[in-house]
Amino acid sequence: MTIGLEHYLVLSAVLFSIGLYGALTKRNAVIILMCIELMLNAVNISLVAFSSYIVPLLLTGQVFAIFVMVVAAAEVAVGLAIILAIYRGLTDIDANNINLMKW
Amino acid sequence: MGLAAAFWIMAVVAVVAALGVIFLRNVFRAALSLVLCFITVAGLYITLSADFLAAVQILVYVGAISVLIILAIMMTREVQQGSPSNKMKLPVFIVAVVLLGIMIYTVTKTSWQIAVESPLTPTTAPLAAKLFSESGFILPVEIAAMLILAAIIGAIVIAREK
Repeated sequence: MTIGLEHYLVLSAVLFSIGLYGALTKRNAVIILMCIELMLNAVNISLVAFSSYIVPLLLTGQVFAIFVMVVAAAEVAVGLAIILAIYRGLTDIDANNINLMKW
Repeated sequence: MGLAAAFWIMAVVAVVAALGVIFLRNVFRAALSLVLCFITVAGLYITLSADFLAAVQILVYVGAISVLIILAIMMTREVQQGSPSNKMKLPVFIVAVVLLGIMIYTVTKTSWQIAVESPLTPTTAPLAAKLFSESGFILPVEIAAMLILAAIIGAIVIAREK
């Protein structure tokens, strides 16, 4: 059985759904960030798979995956800084208890 | 054949590691499981003949982002007891499964126009030509550099001791 585009896309969908479940149910803010990284990785897999199966000579999907990585790195740096700032103020990183800005 | 075997091994390990991120009680072990998932994703890039992206995945995700995450876990170690879930477990599970079903249905029902050419094999030089040529992506590259700079300064300002 040869590996086709669908295999990569289904794997990407599975990883994305696992990340979505974790990001919406977990209470530890660091775990939520980790699950968001998981979702971004799943998207990257499908971008690279599209790039190498549909436009193998153009590499546009890989360029887009590089930009996704850039944004992911910026996001995790700012996110962890926010978590550390919250931890310093509240001595807590439980997403249920961080409700200062909840309307 | 070897490619198929590599894909299946990587796929199974990636899904198991992702489930480990969700279900492991110990936050530090969940972070290590996430690192394993990143490594298998790099392997998947190699099976897709994206060699430069595999190297970048190892450098950026396995090397830098996981270190940042583990550092944050270490610094917030006293307050966290495991990785508890909130009260939305069942509805979110249903939403995730329905979304997964929709995505798998769409992917398998679409007739993709698979190209006949084999992909470029050393991708580093063509990627550089794409990223840095005037007709390519040089403006997004500059904007991404500004974004990284803003993110670094913002992270330093937010995380600094008053």
